[in-house]
Order: sequence, then C-alpha cells, then structure tokens
Amino acid sequence: MINILIYVLLFSVALCIYRMGKGPTPPDRAVTLDILGTLMVGFCAILALITGKDFYMNIAISWALLSYVGSIAIAKFLENRSFDE
Amino acid sequence: MKFIGEFIILFGVWLLLTWSLAPAQLIAGVVISLLVIGLVGDMFLFKAGRALNPIRIFWMIMYIPYLIWYIILANLDVAYRVIHPDLPIRPGIVKVKTSLTTDMAKTFLANSITLTPGTLTVDIKGDELYIHWIYVHGNNVKDWSKAIIGRFEPILRRIFE
Amino acid sequence: MFWDTAGYTIIVIGVLFDLLGCIGLVRLPDVYNRLQAATKCVTLGTAFLLFGLFLINGFGALGIKALVCAAAVLITSPTGAHALARGSHRGGVKLWEGSVIDKYAEENEGVD
Repeated sequence: MINILIYVLLFSVALCIYRMGKGPTPPDRAVTLDILGTLMVGFCAILALITGKDFYMNIAISWALLSYVGSIAIAKFLENRSFDE
Repeated sequence: MKFIGEFIILFGVWLLLTWSLAPAQLIAGVVISLLVIGLVGDMFLFKAGRALNPIRIFWMIMYIPYLIWYIILANLDVAYRVIHPDLPIRPGIVKVKTSLTTDMAKTFLANSITLTPGTLTVDIKGDELYIHWIYVHGNNVKDWSKAIIGRFEPILRRIFE
Repeated sequence: MFWDTAGYTIIVIGVLFDLLGCIGLVRLPDVYNRLQAATKCVTLGTAFLLFGLFLINGFGALGIKALVCAAAVLITSPTGAHALARGSHRGGVKLWEGSVIDKYAEENEGVD
C-alpha cells in the first residue's frame, strides 16, 4: 500500500527530470531544482512513516532549509547581481 | 528585553527540534542559543511589547485556519487548470496598491498572496506589489487590489499595526 | 484508529497534489506559470504529507518534528518562488506570448 505512494512520488520526480532536461531557459531548471528539494522532503516523510524512526525528520528539515538557501543563491545569480548585496 | 525574547524563541525552537529533556541537550541548547544571539541577534525584527499583546496573538491564531482554507481552494483551482485539456489560463503581471505600512505586515501579505489562488508576488516597491496572476480579470489597479488582497488586509492590519 | 485513517487519507491527498504539481510543471507554458504549480500544489502536497505523519504519530518526537518541518516548508517555499520569479524577470526571461498584460516590464523599462 505504502509502496504505491513511493511509486507515485518517483513518477513525479521523473516528470521533474524530463522538464529539467528539456529546459528551455535556465530559470526553468532552477524551478525544477527547487521542486525536487520539496519532493525529497516528502520522500523523507514516507520513509519515516514506514520505519518509525525520527531522524528522517531531521534530514527533512535540514534539506528544506538548504534547498531554500540554494534557490535564493541561484535567483541572485540569474538576476546578474553580486552575492554580497 | 529584546535579548530575553530572542532567547525564549531560539530555545523554544531547540526544544521542539530535539524533543527531549536530557541535561546534555538542554546545556547544548543554551550554549547554541547564546552563540546565535551573539552572532546575528541584531537582525531580529522583534519587539517584545507588540508581539506579546494578547489581541494580536488572538488574531494571529484566527488568521492561520483562514489562510489554510484559501490555500486549499487555491490548490483545487490550480489543479483544475492543470488537468483541463485546454489549459484555461490567461496569465499576466498586474500591479496592486496596499495600505499596510510595516515591513513585517508586507512580508506576510506577500507570502499569503503567493500561497493563494493563482497569484505569485514578483516584486515590492514601496506600497506597490507586482503580482503574476494565472487568470487575469478586471482592468485597473482598483479591481485587481480588491480581488487579490482585499481578503487579507483587514486581518493583517489588526495583527501587525 | 480514527487518527490513523485520517492521517493516511491526508497523506494520499498530499501525494496526489505532488503529482498534479509535477504534471503542471510539464504542461504549463512558461517559467512563471510553472512556478505557480510549484509553489501551490507541491508545497501544499508536502505539507499535507507531514501533517498526516503528525496525525498518525501524535505528540512524540516524530510528530512534533513533522510539524516543525511543515512550518519550515510553508514559510520558505513562497519566499524562494518569489526570489526565482524576480530573478528570472530581471534576467530577461519573457512572459508566454498568450499573456495579456505585463505591468512590471511597462513601468521598469530602462531602470536596470
């Protein structure tokens, strides 16, 4: 039953990777990277549901925050601004 | 006073994250909270007298379910547009004017807009917000402002101003 | 038992929203519309997943951490989407040709 949820999430990741390969502009790929980070939090939640271990949530929290910092850095780069503004 | 408020918030987050009362965890939490305050304590937008006012806290608690209801409506709306075979979208960037003045209120307004029906904040300049809308209707600033931010402004004004 | 059923229902709804968000990512025409699908469907889907985890596990270490994680996702995701939209507009990415209006480009010509 829970395996079906994992397959659905994997199919979502496959759709994201299709968009990441197709482009056509750099911001599209950046958006896809942002979504992949959020989906990874979902994977951690389902793994925690299966195993009942709570350290998966530590991974999920740090992954969410690091993915956010990465998106901000890529956005600044796309805007042609310096990083120390 | 500001220092104590910051310490309570940081230590509370530490307790939620570790969720244990072992002495080692508590000591590590105190040390790390003090370290964070020493490094970036000046950046906090925190005023103890205003944040602890019970009326503001009451409206904040009322605002959360209100926002979640609109977020769910937004999801159904966007999901309908995505799976409809003809893609019924009419996108564009519009401008709205807000009457909120504090930075905190504008930040919450922008985040609420981004999470609700088909709208995405692109930029803020003074009291003007530029918003990408997935299905534009109306044709001047007044119509757009009423349709997009009319439902959040009264409550946010009670919380933050 | 009731909370288990409610939690699993919410988790299934959340995963379906994730899937719809990714279908939107493939089908919608330009980067701004794709960001709409990303910030709404995928964020709410993951928040639902974490909230369902909280309903199943209750007030233990796992449930509370799931709530904290849901709050982190709900706060950071719109901010990141806003930064990406602003960055791509200023970086020169045009709107889809079916768009009806672009106030931001009209009022900021030659500012940069």
